[in-house]
Amino acid sequence: MPGPLGYSIWFLGALLEVSVVVCAVAKHSLRRYLFLNLYMAASFVVSVGRFHFLNHFGLRSNEYVYFYLYSDVLLTIFLYFALISLYALVFDEMKVKSIVRFAAVLLLAGTALFSYSVIAESADKILSHFVFELSQNLYFVGLVLTYLLWGAILKLRETRTRLIQLVLSLGIYFSVFAATLALRNLYPNLHVVWEYTAPLFGCLLPLSWAYAFLRLPEESRLSTARLVVIPR
Amino acid sequence: MMAFGILLLSLAALLQFFSSYCRSLIAASSKQPLSPEVKDVTGLTKGASGDDFARVIQLLHLCPERPEDRSSVQAIGAYFRMINFLRATVARVVPSLRAWTEFERAQCAYFAAVALDRRIAFSRDMLAQQMDT
Repeated sequence: MPGPLGYSIWFLGALLEVSVVVCAVAKHSLRRYLFLNLYMAASFVVSVGRFHFLNHFGLRSNEYVYFYLYSDVLLTIFLYFALISLYALVFDEMKVKSIVRFAAVLLLAGTALFSYSVIAESADKILSHFVFELSQNLYFVGLVLTYLLWGAILKLRETRTRLIQLVLSLGIYFSVFAATLALRNLYPNLHVVWEYTAPLFGCLLPLSWAYAFLRLPEESRLSTARLVVIPR
Repeated sequence: MMAFGILLLSLAALLQFFSSYCRSLIAASSKQPLSPEVKDVTGLTKGASGDDFARVIQLLHLCPERPEDRSSVQAIGAYFRMINFLRATVARVVPSLRAWTEFERAQCAYFAAVALDRRIAFSRDMLAQQMDT
């Protein structure tokens, strides 16, 4: 069972997730960033669900483990679509929404097929393995897609400050998660550290998104030339 | 080996996203003019320099915190330390990088001064509200 620190980070994360939705509603941005808010709302619901399963069945119970795994892959898919919705916003003026959607579904199906091919030979608990593999692979796809989106923002000279900060926050979140997963594989014995890092880093995204909704008006603009780190 | 490669790639991506994020925070505040009081208090009458950053941050910590700017001030603090590290290492041998790090440090100091301005205004509002009740 998580200790007081674990529970505190957990509750802080859940609180921040709700605050993103509240800030978006208060600033009349819920519809514009619907998928981002859906992801945050789903994260909050999952946090409550996990707490319920943990209290009723315990950390090592099958019920909690299965709920954790399946909710994790669901959240990753929600986050994937949140990222795709940012693509749609960046490419809004090009009228390529349907192409973006089609490519996103195709990529998701491809990732699912790849994940299945990786675990197809393991005989037992094939669905749980698949769910875990898909979740991990989607994180890496997310990191690559965010990097590409950032490239597109610079290329298209996107000026919407809020949109830029939402994308950059997502990039930080994905890269921190990928680095943590890699470190976890390199140092599996440090499980005491990994127990806290994932939920702690999980707080970064709602924190920066809440800031972006609260502090930056939709009309705020900045030049992307100021964001590229090129010493002159 | 694979995990190590992923770690390196993700750290490189993190560095780039983080520095761009901090620059977007700085760019958003750089358009805001400083009030004459903050210019006087911080001594930023002729523009900010990187050496002012520590002093402005100290002043910032004396004011009541605003929850909404806490994370951005911390992020800029980390960015400033990163720039200082660059200045103390790579910039010693690359002159153009030295000028760039100086510019970035000055921008960080200006960001901190804008945050200080906001906190002073926030404290004033709180005081006015207390006086009313």
